[in-house]
Amino acid sequence: MSEALLTTVARGERLELAATGAWTVESAATLESLVDTAAADAGNATSVAIDMARVERLDTFGAWLLERLVRTFTEAGRGADVVGLPARYSTLVKEAHRSNRKEPGPEGQDDIVETAANLIRRTLMLFVRDILQVMQMFGQLVVALLRVARRPRTFRFTSMVYHLDRVGWRAVPIILLITFLIGCIIAQQGLFHFRKFGADVYVVDMVGILVLREIGVLIVAIMIAGRSGSSYTAELGSMKMREEIDALQTMGLDPIEVLILPRILALVIALPALAFLGSMAALYGGGMVCWLYGGMSPEIFLSRLREAISLDHFQVGISKAPFMALVIGIVASIEGLAVRGSAESLGLQTTASVVKSIFLVIVLDGVFAMFFAAIGK
Amino acid sequence: MAAPQGDNVIRVKDVSVTLNNRKILDSLSLDVKRGEVLGFVGGSGQGKTVLMRTIIGLLPKTAGTIEIFGIDLDQASEDERRSIERRWGVLFQQGALFSSLTCIQNVQFPMREHAKLSQRLMDEIAIAKLEMVGLKPDVCDKFPSELSGGMTKRVALARALALDPEIVFLDEPTSGLDPIGAGDFDELIRTLQQTLGITVYMVTHDLDSLHAICDRIAVLSAGKVIVEGDMAAMLACDHPWVKEYFRGKRSRAAGTAHAHNEMVPG
Repeated sequence: MSEALLTTVARGERLELAATGAWTVESAATLESLVDTAAADAGNATSVAIDMARVERLDTFGAWLLERLVRTFTEAGRGADVVGLPARYSTLVKEAHRSNRKEPGPEGQDDIVETAANLIRRTLMLFVRDILQVMQMFGQLVVALLRVARRPRTFRFTSMVYHLDRVGWRAVPIILLITFLIGCIIAQQGLFHFRKFGADVYVVDMVGILVLREIGVLIVAIMIAGRSGSSYTAELGSMKMREEIDALQTMGLDPIEVLILPRILALVIALPALAFLGSMAALYGGGMVCWLYGGMSPEIFLSRLREAISLDHFQVGISKAPFMALVIGIVASIEGLAVRGSAESLGLQTTASVVKSIFLVIVLDGVFAMFFAAIGK
Repeated sequence: MAAPQGDNVIRVKDVSVTLNNRKILDSLSLDVKRGEVLGFVGGSGQGKTVLMRTIIGLLPKTAGTIEIFGIDLDQASEDERRSIERRWGVLFQQGALFSSLTCIQNVQFPMREHAKLSQRLMDEIAIAKLEMVGLKPDVCDKFPSELSGGMTKRVALARALALDPEIVFLDEPTSGLDPIGAGDFDELIRTLQQTLGITVYMVTHDLDSLHAICDRIAVLSAGKVIVEGDMAAMLACDHPWVKEYFRGKRSRAAGTAHAHNEMVPG
């Protein structure tokens, strides 16, 4: 196969170019530079003739480059003729002649201040929209709950038990392991630093209060947001993608009631239970470290713990759990329903679900801290 | 490339394919000639798509040979195979557009992978291809999820044609399109086939397509090609399934419409 070529045959008033070889995709890169050079190097020619008679093969790439050459000449005010084009290629060249006619739209002005202002405005609007969506979903949930309360038979009890098993029971081992380790670490760090000023015994106070009020429930909530919130989003999202949710709706069923209510209720039941188990595992881990690393016997640890903590601490911690579960469930459902047709969007929404729910869980924890401080607990 | 008109670009010889212990294709042979539009028909689940996927190498065969451009795919070296793959384009039933790329990026994808071209040339060619398949340049920056079924098929066809292939495989190109859209699509395939001089291998159920654009039709039944030839040969065939298919109630309308069309210009 001979190399695609474009040669200048004659110069002067009338520029003559001759094409040979294969004008195809394989040679398109070489050909493009030849075409651009020829177009720029027209001298003082007023008309141009391009002889295509000796072209062996021509495909869309070649036809388009020929068209580009002709267009450049025409735009520069030179008359361009294509001569000797084999008849079998004429449709293709005509096709190329018709394409790329639309002028590209005007490029947007890149004003940095305006772009930044737009970005901030858009982000703020998205934030407000997110909050409104959470409130809307909460409202829909309450309505669905009331509807179900009026006709308890319509409640998807099996579905809720199934999800309770998935987000509750099956999460127990990993939750126990992680919270146990966190309890160990808090106790070890406390012992190590408190020992310097002889305050080892207060480690028990720290572990007890910290675990029961904050760490136990917060760690468990964050883990559940990552483990179960993401799976809710992915499930609902792929149902949305396959139009299953639309199908439900057309059968006169409310997706909130059928899909989302059992999932969120399962989460609201599971999270306090897991938070309780997690707190116990963390205390156990703290006790172990105090005994093995700090040389504090279990009896002393327990009696010290009994003095340090009260039921209040436990109540403060555990009462936050259902609200955190609600936030995780609502965010996961909103993001799941926001999935569009593509696989990429499913991934994006799942990430958004985890990030937003963890953020909101921590914000909620802060709000609770202020609330309990205000009521003096 | 030097091959004259009328030679066989695809030669399938005694190919057998077994899937899940079920023999789908049983020493099937089929030739596709350069520059023709071959329509491949058969009942649902008979293995039309299986044969297409076997030819393009997505499914393994248990026996037989497949030659494309005169090269046996089993004997071909890695480089030969890749060069053959560059010379065919495939339109999948659902379009199979990459959902994370925009339309124009989808069309440019084969060019980017197989040819070293400047971004400007790729943009221009991709727009030209999208226009050739009857789309407006403003679909360029849309994502596949924003397209209607017909548009998805068109973009997928533009992608299949990105490198100016010599063979195009179409898996049920008109399924899921309304009759007008399907008719347009048939016409589009015909026009492109004539403009670009490509060979078209088309798996289809659409009797209108068969009447309108196919030069030759092959019928698959019980793992073999039971009859091949033009529409007249189909209508003359005595096999019960072929009879039912081409001369049944649904086919009559397509046939009459087509006969009518032929009479007018004649």
